[in-house]
Amino acid sequence: MTVYFNEMYQDGLVRPPYLRLEDWMKTMPSEFRQMKQAEAEALFRRIGITFAVYGEGGDPDRLIPFDMFPRVFTGQEWARLERGIKQRARALNAFLADVYGRGEIVKAGRIPARLVYQNEAYEKAVVGFVPPKGVYSHIVGIDLVRTGPDEFFVLEDNCRTPSGVSYMLENREIMMRMFPDLFRENRIQPVDSYSDRLRRTLASVAPMKCKGDPCIVILTPGHFNSAYYEHSFLADLMGVELVEGQDLFVEGEFVYMRTTEGPRRVDVIYRRIDDAFIDPLCFRPDSMLGVPGLMDVYRSGGVSICSAPGAGVADDKAVYTFVPEMVRFYLGEEPILQNVPTWQCGKADDLKYVLEKLPELVVKEVHGSGGYGMLVGPKSTAEQIESFRVKILKDPGNYIAQPTLALSTTPTFVAEGIAPRHVDLRPYCLVGEQIDLVPGGLTRVALKEGSLVVNSSQGGGVKDTWVLAE
Amino acid sequence: MRLTVDHVTRYTYDQPVRGVVQSHRLTPSSFEGQTVLDWRIDVSDGLAGGQFRCGAGDRIQSWSVQGPVTEITVRVRGTVETTDTAGVLKGHRETVKPALYLRDTPATQMDGALETLSAAAEGSANPLEAAHRLAAAVADAIAYRPGTTAAHTTAAEALALGEGVCQDHAHVLIAIARHREIPARYVAGYLFADAEGRAHEAAHAWAELWVPGLGWVGFDPANRCCPDARYIRLGSGFDAQDAAPIKGIARGPGQEKLDVTVAVLAAQQ
Repeated sequence: MTVYFNEMYQDGLVRPPYLRLEDWMKTMPSEFRQMKQAEAEALFRRIGITFAVYGEGGDPDRLIPFDMFPRVFTGQEWARLERGIKQRARALNAFLADVYGRGEIVKAGRIPARLVYQNEAYEKAVVGFVPPKGVYSHIVGIDLVRTGPDEFFVLEDNCRTPSGVSYMLENREIMMRMFPDLFRENRIQPVDSYSDRLRRTLASVAPMKCKGDPCIVILTPGHFNSAYYEHSFLADLMGVELVEGQDLFVEGEFVYMRTTEGPRRVDVIYRRIDDAFIDPLCFRPDSMLGVPGLMDVYRSGGVSICSAPGAGVADDKAVYTFVPEMVRFYLGEEPILQNVPTWQCGKADDLKYVLEKLPELVVKEVHGSGGYGMLVGPKSTAEQIESFRVKILKDPGNYIAQPTLALSTTPTFVAEGIAPRHVDLRPYCLVGEQIDLVPGGLTRVALKEGSLVVNSSQGGGVKDTWVLAE
Repeated sequence: MRLTVDHVTRYTYDQPVRGVVQSHRLTPSSFEGQTVLDWRIDVSDGLAGGQFRCGAGDRIQSWSVQGPVTEITVRVRGTVETTDTAGVLKGHRETVKPALYLRDTPATQMDGALETLSAAAEGSANPLEAAHRLAAAVADAIAYRPGTTAAHTTAAEALALGEGVCQDHAHVLIAIARHREIPARYVAGYLFADAEGRAHEAAHAWAELWVPGLGWVGFDPANRCCPDARYIRLGSGFDAQDAAPIKGIARGPGQEKLDVTVAVLAAQQ
């Protein structure tokens, strides 16, 4: 029987960051709790935050359950995480700069050429182009899990357009509104500077041809997109325009947005659309989405696109295996955050091992997301395992496998009271002229008893995440 | 050889369009095989956009035209001094890694017949011989006949038909080369057709295959040769659509009609 680390307790004692919450938890009358839970739900409904996290699909109007029991880190724990996250974000950007430039890491034989140059996410149009400040991925979402007091693992990196940060901000907002006392009793580091810091990061990568205060916009696919709420929320907080492709046009050397006062030049585009829909002249000639000519403006220094098209080559599950190697290769440092050991089913030896140990492993599709199309060996029936075995054998290169991690738990409100439930964490690291991280992130929680899958499409919820001041 | 080019592309719309944006790969780069002496592009009512050299070494420039407009003319005029390098692309500055050109596109997807054709390379002593054999096999398999294929015809379709134009020859060669793990790409350019020559199409296309030790080597199955001093190279891509010298989008419901004339002449020495 696996023993899971409960972040609130160690050796039968309450761990220091949770000391004040113990009282709160023990003295809360159950009617009060139910009232507060209903209040939280009403608040979420009112602000309209009902989208699926991380583009998982599903019912866009479904409310993701919010758990009121916060997840807490000490300042010291966070300091180490922060160093590790920033280190990883720097290495990922160094990798992108390298593979779109000289490709030293491939020449040095530290990563197979095939994984880079034949990767679908690798964009020829970006080769040889150096974006402002040499940054390709400006918002890096790094998914972390914890297995012990000092053991953290990176589950995956998100270098394109990681979503969910609006939950981090709203969870905090709602907790502060409902439990102001908690925020007086605990010294919790604020996260509400995120939007200012995001704005500063985007402004710092204004293009060469921009003089003066850069005009920033958020480019969204539109209101039918599951994360549209987040796009408009961030635009509001930053005080920038939210635009769709049809609101932008290219003329001469620049991109303009249509406004009621006439065209206005745009300098930085924080795009929340996929590469394929940026510019039909460059990527998808059949697509009417996107802005014709945008890539030419980008490549001639007239506008910045965040993240850079092609940034996704750094974050697929096969490239993930090599991130610790990137840290050593580019930074000359040892990785502070560990990867989960990963077997590539495309390799004969790995495949053999994976097929032998299938009941113990988690198997994922290389390009999959959202917890779909994966096998959690220990939680599956023999029949499910066998049918997955057939799938792997059909296309081994499409699968990776990892050990089933003993994800930490945190106390969570459930129907019967309070019980431990498994959690993960996604912090949002900002990379511009400087590298920046707000103390916090989005904690997802698997609300089903025993479940290790935190995805909202599989019954996951969210929590406020606290980092205490030292 | 000193070649002059006069290339006019006229777009007409049956009703006025609100605006047009184009991305041009219409300016040759200089390398050992060709030196650009003079070159100019005029776009009627056009506003020049940013220009840059892409990772594949091509000169790219965008243009925009403010509507309403019913006709746009793109005129390219210039002179290039060329030398014969037996098809080898020498001194061409580029950063894209050859391995990238192993990637398939819809136009170059394999089928059974292409696979059979690719067997022509079997038993070759070296990659260069394999490349030559593949190019010869394509020339044998597809007769030159204009009008039977269209811009969207794929390699597999052209091979099934057994006829086509330079674009089809290039697509088929690229498909089977990639299948044999030889990086291959599509090249667009101009070709000088002399009086007695059997060269086709002044606006021409061929393929380049990556040969270790030599680098990129051009093959023109349509003319059963490697590009020489009669060829002017404009730019490259994964396939015809990616390498297109002019890509454009018009805003508005107008139906577009295209009219192209290309003249490539040998300049008086």
